[in-house]
Amino acid sequence: MLPIVLASSTNEGGFVPPTIDDAHLPDLIPWFAEYGTGFGKQMAMIILSVILIAAFFMLAMRKAQLKPGKVQWLAESGYAFVRNGIGRDIIGEKEFKAWVPLLFGLFFFILLNNIFGAIPLLQLPSFSHAGSAYAMALIVYIIWIGVGVRRNGPRYFKLAVVPSGVPGWILPLLVPLEIISNFIVRPLTHSLRLMATMLSGHMIVMLAGTGAQFLIMETGNLALQGTGVLVIIGFVAMYFLELLIMFLQAFVFTLLTAIYIQGALAANEH
Amino acid sequence: MIRSETILAAAEGANPLVPNWWEVLVTAVGFAVLMFLVIKYIAPALEKAYQDRYAAIEGGLEKAEKAQAEANALKANYEQQQQEGYAEANRIREEARAEGAQILADAREKASAEAARIVEQAHTQIAAERLQAESSLRNDVGALATTLAGRIVGESLEDDARSQRVVDRFLADLERSETVGQASTSAGAAE
Repeated sequence: MLPIVLASSTNEGGFVPPTIDDAHLPDLIPWFAEYGTGFGKQMAMIILSVILIAAFFMLAMRKAQLKPGKVQWLAESGYAFVRNGIGRDIIGEKEFKAWVPLLFGLFFFILLNNIFGAIPLLQLPSFSHAGSAYAMALIVYIIWIGVGVRRNGPRYFKLAVVPSGVPGWILPLLVPLEIISNFIVRPLTHSLRLMATMLSGHMIVMLAGTGAQFLIMETGNLALQGTGVLVIIGFVAMYFLELLIMFLQAFVFTLLTAIYIQGALAANEH
Repeated sequence: MIRSETILAAAEGANPLVPNWWEVLVTAVGFAVLMFLVIKYIAPALEKAYQDRYAAIEGGLEKAEKAQAEANALKANYEQQQQEGYAEANRIREEARAEGAQILADAREKASAEAARIVEQAHTQIAAERLQAESSLRNDVGALATTLAGRIVGESLEDDARSQRVVDRFLADLERSETVGQASTSAGAAE
């Protein structure tokens, strides 16, 4: 899609592809203030997601019955998916229960905020803004280090960076690598993976939207207008792929959180 | 700080890696609020529902298992009883057969013993009768011969002692001649 759009832009000279700046809409409060100066759409959506998730699950479970209705069944399935598929499978039968609420909250918070990117009008995955992704990764970072220290004492930092069962002469090489990989790269990749996939998805939406609009409305060339229709058709496929990625990234983020916590809990065992 | 960044962003295009700190704050606080609600209300309700369902399913399974086990025990019991019944019937039949054979053998033995006894008795009786006949015959022959001889001789041979002696001698002679005759006849037969 991109080369077509770019080609058209050079031919016609009128098309300006959207940039990251276009993902940063003017703020809501104060109205239309420059992005970053006040309360923006992205923040409103974060708050909206909290309200929606809490309302959905609280309403679904308000009159819980043994024979569930459709809404209750959906809520319970979502819970069981996180509880068993992520918590129990990764952290293990013995200790997973304490961590289910965190994993559950993470998964649905990220999932709903991702899906916002696929809903017309909202159409902005909250985690395409780096700040939100950093915040989530930072929370998880603090939690797993805290867990490790509480479980193993200050010795945890040694356990986390000195692999057992390797010859001593290789440690000067391994320990710095372990420090970099566990304590520096891990939170960065944890957040940037989410941010980058969401941002790229959002960019595709913007590009397809403006590109198709430009090709159809402003070129006046039947062939290029046809290409614009193709862009829309192609975008539908991208839309479903994007939905899959939105789900997958929420899952991956939560799964990695569970893996980090499990690693901290079991640091002494290997 | 935000202002300077905004200016920076405006100057050279936004860097997607630079965070808007308000968004960091809102996300962290929003997530904290969500976690509060999840930990206090949502997760306990969901966990309870999950456990209830699990318990219900598990309980149902357990009940079914118990019923199955009961049925199995009942079936085993029944089969065992049937087996025992067969064994008992077999045993009784075997016993009856053995008893019948025993009775038959006993009867046969008894009958043959009875027959032997009867034959024995008959033999004894015959022997006794023969003996009796012989002795009575001997007396009669003696008396007869004496009388006859007395008549012929005309002399009373009533003297018992004498007559007895005579008779005895006569009989002894008779017997001797008999045995000699027999011997000669047998010798003649041999020749």
